[in-house]
Amino acid sequence: MQPQMVMYDEEFQQISLVCERLAKEANAKVVFLVDKNGQLIASIGATENIDTTSLASLTAGNIAATGGLAKLIGEKEFSILFHEGERDNLHISIVGGRVILVVIFDTRSSLGLVRLRVKKASDELNKIFDGLMKKVQVPGAGSPFAEITDDDIDNLFSE
Amino acid sequence: MSFINYSSREINCKIVYYGPGLCGKTTNLQYIYANTNQQAKGKMISLATETERTLFFDFLPLSLGEIRGFKTRFHLYTVPGQVFYDASRKLILKGVDGVVFVADSQMERMEANDESMMNLRSNLQEQGYDLDKIPFVIQYNKRDLPNAAPMEELQAMLNPRNIPYFEAVAPKGEGVYETLKAIARLILTELRKGT
Repeated sequence: MQPQMVMYDEEFQQISLVCERLAKEANAKVVFLVDKNGQLIASIGATENIDTTSLASLTAGNIAATGGLAKLIGEKEFSILFHEGERDNLHISIVGGRVILVVIFDTRSSLGLVRLRVKKASDELNKIFDGLMKKVQVPGAGSPFAEITDDDIDNLFSE
Repeated sequence: MSFINYSSREINCKIVYYGPGLCGKTTNLQYIYANTNQQAKGKMISLATETERTLFFDFLPLSLGEIRGFKTRFHLYTVPGQVFYDASRKLILKGVDGVVFVADSQMERMEANDESMMNLRSNLQEQGYDLDKIPFVIQYNKRDLPNAAPMEELQAMLNPRNIPYFEAVAPKGEGVYETLKAIARLILTELRKGT
């Protein structure tokens, strides 16, 4: 079973910074970070016309399916996926075995440049997530839901 | 596993609708999608074959409102019910917070229900989950059909622990929201325990 995923403000800022830098250095249009269960962690760039929730869920499904394929042929996982379109391309990679980094880019960039910059950003992201996981395991870092009452839950369904 | 985001003050949970082929999992999501306010729902995605059989999954994101300043978001998924899609079903169960088992009430689908329930248990086990310990509800769908088996029979076969269950006619919406509310409630109660 995977550990509980938690995101704090401090780490979110750090992650956003890394993604912003990646988008700039790789000349990318959009950079997404998604957890393996399909939940969006961060998105940077021209995201106005993109359904980010769907993108996150489909990316995770895609990674899960290719992961299944990898196991069938005796590989641990395929850590990089590349989808080439007429205009835009998708570069998808697994960071530290737990989160998925998605880069959308067009002809202003190239696969080589994206790969290079993704590698550097992945190392940085990995460190941030390592720290985050340690923080989550500290006892007392309890969930804000520990004190919700039955009434709170009822209110949610009252409309 | 739920994802608590302190930065955006959101909590995300994953609900999976499981059950035999053609039991009405996708119909549940379609009804919810068609009857939820625009602001509360995202786009529904169906990865289906040309004959509208689910190939990989359906996905529907829903926002239910706020609890203690946190937006609650539920991601609803269905699995492909047909027996030979087992590899895909396993993938979709990853990171699940709660399961809805949609049973097909028709007499001739009793065996398919039973088989799917056993399949759910073993696929969860592979991911390290115990069906008896996670939030779980059963929906008996297609109650309006003349060949629907008696409830006692279905209960005896599929619900020995007597977990929450609902009778439903999914295309008409009967029992659909009741089922969703029940599983959402169980998931939030589980969060309180701080798993």
